Amino acid sequence: MSTAVLHDHPPTNTGISHTKLAMWLFLGSECLLFGGLISTYLLYKTQGNGGIIPADIFDIPFTSISSFVLLMSSLTMVLALSSVTRGDMHRGKAWLVVTALLGGVFIGGQVYEFTSFYREGLGYTTNPASSAFYTLTGFHGVHVSLGIVMLMSLFVAAHQGKLKPENAETVEIVGLYWHFVDIVWIFIFTVIYLIPVE
Amino acid sequence: MAIIEEPLALTSGEPAVAERPLGVLTRPQGGNGWRDWLSTVDHKRIGIMYGAAAMFFFVVGGSEALLIRLQLAFPEQGLLSGQLYNEIFTMHGVTMVFLFIMPLAAAFANYLIPLQIGARDVAFPRLNALSFWVWLSGALFLNSSWLVGGGGADCGWFCYSPNSGIVFSPSHGVDFYALGLLIAGIASLVSSINLIVTCLNMRAPGMTLFRMPVLTWMLLITQFLLAFALPVITVALFLLLFDRLFDSQFFDPAAGADPLLWQHLFWIFGHPEVYIIILPSFGIVSEIIPTFSRKPIFGYSFMVFSGIAIGFMGWGVWAHHMFVSGIGPISVVAFSLATMFIAVPTGVKILNWLATMWGGALRFTTAMLFATATVAMFTIGGLSGVTHALAPADTQQTDTYYIVAHFHYVIFGGGVIGLMGGCYFWWPKVFGYMLDERRGKWHFWTMLVGFNLTFGPMHVLGLQGMSRRIDTYSSGFGFEFWNLVSTIGSFIIAISVAYFIYNIWKSKREAVDRPPPGPDPWDARSLEWSIPSPAPVHNFDYVPVIESQDDWWFRKYTINDDDKVVRIADPEMVAQKGDATGVHLPSPSFWPLVLALGLPLVAYGLIFNLWLCVIGGILAAVAIYSWALEPVDDPDAHHDDSDGDGADDLPNDPALQEASRDDGGGG
Repeated sequence: MSTAVLHDHPPTNTGISHTKLAMWLFLGSECLLFGGLISTYLLYKTQGNGGIIPADIFDIPFTSISSFVLLMSSLTMVLALSSVTRGDMHRGKAWLVVTALLGGVFIGGQVYEFTSFYREGLGYTTNPASSAFYTLTGFHGVHVSLGIVMLMSLFVAAHQGKLKPENAETVEIVGLYWHFVDIVWIFIFTVIYLIPVE
Repeated sequence: MAIIEEPLALTSGEPAVAERPLGVLTRPQGGNGWRDWLSTVDHKRIGIMYGAAAMFFFVVGGSEALLIRLQLAFPEQGLLSGQLYNEIFTMHGVTMVFLFIMPLAAAFANYLIPLQIGARDVAFPRLNALSFWVWLSGALFLNSSWLVGGGGADCGWFCYSPNSGIVFSPSHGVDFYALGLLIAGIASLVSSINLIVTCLNMRAPGMTLFRMPVLTWMLLITQFLLAFALPVITVALFLLLFDRLFDSQFFDPAAGADPLLWQHLFWIFGHPEVYIIILPSFGIVSEIIPTFSRKPIFGYSFMVFSGIAIGFMGWGVWAHHMFVSGIGPISVVAFSLATMFIAVPTGVKILNWLATMWGGALRFTTAMLFATATVAMFTIGGLSGVTHALAPADTQQTDTYYIVAHFHYVIFGGGVIGLMGGCYFWWPKVFGYMLDERRGKWHFWTMLVGFNLTFGPMHVLGLQGMSRRIDTYSSGFGFEFWNLVSTIGSFIIAISVAYFIYNIWKSKREAVDRPPPGPDPWDARSLEWSIPSPAPVHNFDYVPVIESQDDWWFRKYTINDDDKVVRIADPEMVAQKGDATGVHLPSPSFWPLVLALGLPLVAYGLIFNLWLCVIGGILAAVAIYSWALEPVDDPDAHHDDSDGDGADDLPNDPALQEASRDDGGGG
C-alpha cells in the first residue's frame, strides 16, 4: 500500500502485490457466495406456490439491452485503466465516470424491472421462486452499486490529484472487481433468463 | 466490505491528508496504555487479544455446558425449563465453535504465522485489527441476546429450518444468531484473506513453501477453508434472516420451500468447519512432537499433502450429516464412501506423528502430554466417526448421544486439548515466562480424566438410545448411572480449567524469582525460537535467510559422519538479540475499532429500529473513508530509519530480495 507508493513493485514472494492478491482471494470467495444464491434460485425457480414465477414475466429484450450496457462498462473500465497507466489522467477520469454511468444505467434498469415485476404481482414474499429471484439479482445489484461507489471514489481522488499514474494498480484492482461482477451477471443472465423453465 | 475499500487506500501516502483525518481522532503513536491496545495493529498483540477473549468465551460456553450437565445429572430434573434448555445447548455450541475454538486458533495463527515465516507483521496490519474487533463485536452482539433479545437462539447450533422460523422460534434469539454469525463471518473472511496473502507473499528469503513449518501449512489450509466456506453460510444466514425479517419464503414448507436447502448450505459450510477447527490443532501437535522427540517430523511432505488432501476432501463429505434426511440411496452411498476415504489422510497424519516419536529422545513436558493425548483422543473420535460413515449404523445412531460423544472427542479431544498444548508450548515466547510444569501436569491429567469421564459414557448412552437435545429423561431406561458419571466428569473439566487459570496467575507471580526462559527454552526447531522471549515488537532484528527445513535447528546442531546429531552452537549465542533500532513498523489506527462498532449497530437496527442502522451505517462509512485516507505509515511517526524508505520487510540487499522473489515459483 504505502510501500506501493514508495517502490513501484514492493518485493513479494509471488511478485503479485498484497492488495491485488487479496482482491483475487476475495473474488474467489465471492464465487461461492453467488454459487449459493444461484443454486438456491435453481432449486426454487418453478416453486410458484400457485402464483406467477419470475420466468413467466421475464422481458428478455429489455434485460438483454441492460446486460449489454453492463458488459460495455467492462470495456470502458479497461480504457480507464489504460489511460491512467499512460498518465493521461484527463481521459482516465472521463472513462471512470463513463464506467460508473453505465453501471448506473444497469442499476436503473434493474429498478425498473423490479418495479414492473412488482406491478405484475410478483412481490418479494409471493413465493419461494420470487424470493430467490429478488435475493439473487438484488445481491448482484448491491455489488454493482458498491462498484460504482468505488469508481466514483477513484474519480474524486483523481480529481483532487491524489490518484497518480503510479497508483494505476488501484484502478486495476477496482477493475478486477468490476469485471468479476460483470462475469457473474453473464452467468445469471444465461442461467436465469435465457435457459427456459420447463 | 473491508476488502472492497482496500483499493482506495492507495491514495494514501499523501502527507497532505495525514494529519487528523476528519479532525476527530489523532493518530495514536504506540505505547503501553489501554489506548494502545485499542489501536494496535501489531499481530502479536492482536493474537494475545484473540486468545484472552477466546478464554473468556470458553468460560461462558463452559458454564452453559455445566448447566446442561446439571440438568441431566438425574432423571426428571426441573432445573431448566425445556425452552431454556434449548437456548442453553444452542448457545453452548455456538459459543464453543465460533467464539472459543476458532478465535483461539486465530490467536495462534496471528501470533505465529509471521514469526514462523520470518515476517515483521501480516500483509494488512489494520485489516488484522479490524478482524479482531469485528469478531469481538459480533461475539458480544450474539451474547447480548440473553439481555435484550428475549433469550438465546433455541434452534441448535445448526439451526435447522423450519425450527428456526418465526413460527417455532418467535423470540429474537435466532435473529441474533444470524446477525452475530454474519458479523463474525466478516471478521473471519477478512482475517483469512490477510493470512493467506501473508503466507504467500511475505516469507523470508529462502523460506520456500515447502520449508514452512507444518503449523504454518495447516493454518494456511485452514484459512483457505475459511475463505471458501464462509460465503456459503453467509448465504444461508442471509436467507434465514430475510425469512424472519422480511417474510421471504425460503424455508416455509407450506409455501413449497424445501427445508433441506438449509441443511445443504449449512453443512457445505459445516463440514469444512470441522477441519477449520481441527487442522490448527494438528499443526500445533506437529510442532510439539518433533521438538520433544528431538527428531524432525516424519514425512514432512506427506504431512503437508495429507493436510491439503483433507482440505479438498472436506468439501465432499457434507451430506454424511444428512443420511437420515431422505437424500436418496445414491447420495448416501457416494457420501458414505467419501467419508471413509477422508479417514486415509487423517490416518497418515496419525501414523506420521507416531513415527516421529518412534526412537526419539522423548521428553514428556506438559505440552508433549497434551500433544500425545490429542493424537490418542482424536483417534478415538476418528474411529467413532468411521462408524458413522456406514450409513446403516449412522441411521441407528443419529440424533443420539453417540453423536455427541463422537464430535466432542474430535473437537474437544482433537481440537481443544491440542490448543491447550500449544498454550504451554508457546507461553514463554508470548509472555516471557514459563507456565509451571508441575501444575501443568495436574492440569493435563485432570482435564484428560474429566474429558473421558464426561464424553466416554455418552457412547454408551447413545447406543442405549438416549436422544440428543432432550431436556430430561425418565428413570428406568438405564440412563441414570452414565449421566451422573458424565456430569461428574464435566465438573472435573471445570476444575482443570480453573486450575489452568490459577497456573497462569501463579506462574506469573513466581516468574520474578526464576531465570527468564531465554529465546529457546524447549530446544525447538522453528524460527520463532530464534528471537527473544517475549518476541520484540519488531519481531526480527534482521530478516533471517533460510537454508533448509528446520533452519533454526540446524543453526544449533549438525549431523556428523556417524549420523549423530551434534551441537555446534549455543542457542543464546546464535539467537537474535532483539535490540535493533529504527525498524519502521506500521502505525496504529483507531479506525478498525470504529468500523467494528458500526456493524452491531446496524444489526441492532435491523431487529429493533431502522434508525440505528442509519447511525451504524454512517459510522462504518466514515470509518472506511477515514481509514482509506489515512496512510498506512504515519509520516509524522518518530523513527530513525537512516535510509528513509520506510516499512521494508527485507534487508536492503538486492540479492536477497531477488532470492525471495524467485521462491515464489513454489506458490
